[in-house]
Amino acid sequence: MDLNFSAEELAFRDEVRAFIEENYPKHLKGKVLREDLTKEEFLAWHKILGKKGWSAPAWPKEYGGTGWTATQRYIWLEENARAETIPPLPFGVSMVGPVIYTFGTPEQKQRFLPGILSGEVWWCQGYSEPGAGSDLASLKTRAVREGDYYIVNGQKTWTTLGQYADWGFFLVRTDPNAKPQEGISFLLIDMKSPGVTVRPIKLLDGGYEVNDVFLENVKVPVDQRIYEENKGWTCAKFLLAHERAGIAGVARSKRNVERLKDIAKAEAGDDGKPLIEDEDFQRKLSELEIDLSALEMTELRTLAREQAGKGPGPESSLLKIKGTEIQQRLTELTLEAIGNYAQPFPRGLGANEFPVGPDYAGAAAPVYFNWRKASIYGGSNEIQRNIIAKMVLGL
Amino acid sequence: MNFDYTEEQNMLRDSIAKWAAGQYDFEKRREALKSDDAWRKNWGVFAELGLLAAPLPEDFGGLGGGAVDISVVMEEFGKALVVEPYVPTVVLGAGALKYAGSAAQKDEHLAAIAGGERIIAFAQAEPKSRWALNDVGTAAKKDGAGYVLNGHKAVVVGAPQADYLLVSARTGGAQRDAKGVSLFLVAKGAKGVSTRDYPTMDGSRASEVYFENVSVGADALIGTADGALPLIERIVDEANAAYCSEAVGCMRMMTDLTREYAKTRKQFGRAIAEFQVLQHRMVDMFMATEESYSMALRATILLGESDEERARAVSAAKVSIGKHSRFVGQAAVQIHGGMGVTDEMRVGHYFKRVTMIDATFGNVDTHLKRYTALSAEKAA
Repeated sequence: MDLNFSAEELAFRDEVRAFIEENYPKHLKGKVLREDLTKEEFLAWHKILGKKGWSAPAWPKEYGGTGWTATQRYIWLEENARAETIPPLPFGVSMVGPVIYTFGTPEQKQRFLPGILSGEVWWCQGYSEPGAGSDLASLKTRAVREGDYYIVNGQKTWTTLGQYADWGFFLVRTDPNAKPQEGISFLLIDMKSPGVTVRPIKLLDGGYEVNDVFLENVKVPVDQRIYEENKGWTCAKFLLAHERAGIAGVARSKRNVERLKDIAKAEAGDDGKPLIEDEDFQRKLSELEIDLSALEMTELRTLAREQAGKGPGPESSLLKIKGTEIQQRLTELTLEAIGNYAQPFPRGLGANEFPVGPDYAGAAAPVYFNWRKASIYGGSNEIQRNIIAKMVLGL
Repeated sequence: MNFDYTEEQNMLRDSIAKWAAGQYDFEKRREALKSDDAWRKNWGVFAELGLLAAPLPEDFGGLGGGAVDISVVMEEFGKALVVEPYVPTVVLGAGALKYAGSAAQKDEHLAAIAGGERIIAFAQAEPKSRWALNDVGTAAKKDGAGYVLNGHKAVVVGAPQADYLLVSARTGGAQRDAKGVSLFLVAKGAKGVSTRDYPTMDGSRASEVYFENVSVGADALIGTADGALPLIERIVDEANAAYCSEAVGCMRMMTDLTREYAKTRKQFGRAIAEFQVLQHRMVDMFMATEESYSMALRATILLGESDEERARAVSAAKVSIGKHSRFVGQAAVQIHGGMGVTDEMRVGHYFKRVTMIDATFGNVDTHLKRYTALSAEKAA
C-alpha cells in the first residue's frame, strides 16, 4: 500500500511538465475554458497534442492512443490542470471517438478517427431533445431509411458548442414500434448537410454555450450509421459510461482551490483582515479541501482497479456526483469570497469590455451560474443515483 | 501507487471474519458485554490469531506488521462490533513503548501484550480537558529517583479490563503548556490508584481513574520527561486512524443491513426499497461509506509521513468520517423505522459505536480546527 508515484512515474511527470511548458501556446496562458474563446483558441492545444500523438491518451494504442497506464493518464491530467491548459474538447476525443473505435467498421475508423485525433474536425452531440432529457430513450427524432440514405427529421437540444461543429453524433429513432431502447440508431451527421439548422441558446451566464439543432429532411448516408440499426442504445450507454469517467475533474478542482486561496488572500473579510483568516471562511475552505481529498482518493482507487484490468463500473456515477458537487461548491465559495465585485456582470468578457474590479472577479458570477449545468449534464445527479441504486445496490 | 492488500493481510481479514461469524455473533457479543470470562476468552483468541502481535516489532514477540495490518483488523472489528480494548492496548500502549520505551520496558511489556497477557488503557483525558492533549492537570512530582502522581483521569476506555495504565501527567509548566507533559506506565494495582468503572454508550467499558500520591519508580517514565506531547500526538493519530477504519466497518454493515431490510419490509403493498426517496438515501449512504473508506485508507497510508502530513491526513479523515458516519447511522436507523430504535436490532448498535468513535480523541469540529490550523502553518 502506498500513495507515491514510482521513479518511472515521476520521470514521466517531469517529461510531460516540460513538454507543456515548452509547447503550450504563450498567447493562451491565463485564458480559461469558456465558450467565448475563438475556435482557434479552443483547438490550439488539441492540434499541438495531435501532432505529438498525445491528444487521446485513453484510446487503445492501435487507434492512436498513447499506451499510458491509468496512473500516467492521471499525471497527465494533473499537469494540464496545473498549467491551466485549455484541454481538447470531450465531444470527439472522449465521446464519439471511443464509440467509433469500439463499434465502427474498419472504413468508419479510417474515415473519422484521424480528424478527431488531429483536432481538424469539431464534433458535437445530438442526444437530448425538448421532450427527452433524463428520459433519453423517449427521444423522437425520426430517421427513415430510403435506399442508401436515412431521411432525418426532428429537434435536438443542449448541443454544446454546436455552433462551431463540423460533425455531430446523433441518436435517432429508426423503429417507432419497438420498445423505446430498441428502436434507436447512432448516426454521424455532417453539420453542413442541407436541412441542419443550429440556433444558439442564451444561458444564465449571458453566453451561448449550447444550441438547439433542427433537422429537416436531412439526408444521411447509411454508411454513417455506427453499429447495427436499432442498436444505437448500446453505443449511447457505452458513451455515457465513458463520459462519466474523468468527469470528477479532481485535478482542475485542486487548481481552483489554489485560485480561491489566492483570492481569499487578496480580499478583506468582515473584520478588515484578509478573508483567508476569517474563521467561517476557513471552515468552509477546509471542508471543501477535505471532501476533495476523499474524492481524489476514491478516484485513485478506481484508477488502480482500472489499471488492474477492471474497467470503470457503475461506481463512476459516484465520481460524477461528488465531483460536480465539489465543482459547484467551489464556484459558490469563489463568488462569496469576492463580495461586492462579484456583482458587475458586463457580459462579453471576451469582447472589448473593461473588467470591473479585480481581475479575478469578472468571471466568478458567470461561472457560478454556468456551472449549475454540471449536476444536470452527463446524466443528472439524480439519474446517477438511480444508476447506483440499481446497478450497485440492487434496489 | 498501490492499494492492494498483501496475501497475509487478506488472510488476517478472513481469519477475523471467520471467528466473528462463528464465535462473536450478536448474541455472543451480548454475553461478552456482560461477563468477565467471555471477553477474556475473546482476548485469548486475538492472541492466537496474531492480532495482538501483528503490529509489534519482531524482536519483542511481534509480527512486524504496520498500520495497514491494524486497519484490516479494525475494519473487521467494526463489522463485528468488537468491544474489547484493542486500540488502547495495541495502538496506544504498545505504540508508546515501541516508539519511546527503553529496551527493558519493551522486554517487560511487548511480548506480554502480544501473548494476550497484558492489557493497557490510556489515561489521558481529564474532566475539563475536552480533547486537548496538552491540557494536563494530573501532576507527576519528582520524588527522589521516581515520581509521585496525583490527579483525576476521565473516561479511560478499557481501564476496567486493564493491568496497566499509560498516564499523561505534568512534570513541568502550566496546565496547557506543550512542554512539561510526560508519559508513565503505571500498574493499575499500584497503591493509591482507584477507579470507578462504568459502561459507555457503545457497550465498551471505561473508568474514572484517581491517582492519590501514587509512587512510581524512574522506570515508569516512557521516553523523556517534559517532552512527551509529540509522542502522544503520534500515538493518538495512529489510534484515530484505527478508529476510522473501525467506523468504516460499521458503516459498511449499516449500509448492507439497511438495504436488506428495505428489500423485505413492505408498506403500501410493496417493498420500501422501491421508493425512490429511500433509494437515493441509501445511495448517499453507499457513497458516504466509499468516501470514508478512501479517507481511512489515506490516513493509514500517510501515518508514516512527516508529523504535519500525518496530522493533516488523520484530521481530514476524522472530519470526513465523523460527518459521514453520523449521516449513515441516522439514515440507517430512520430507514429501519421503529425497529431501528430497538435494542434488539443490530443496526442501532453500529450507530452507537460510530457515535462513540466520533467523540473519541476529538470530534468533527476539533479536527476541522486542527486541519485548518495545520493548513495555515503550511501556507505560512
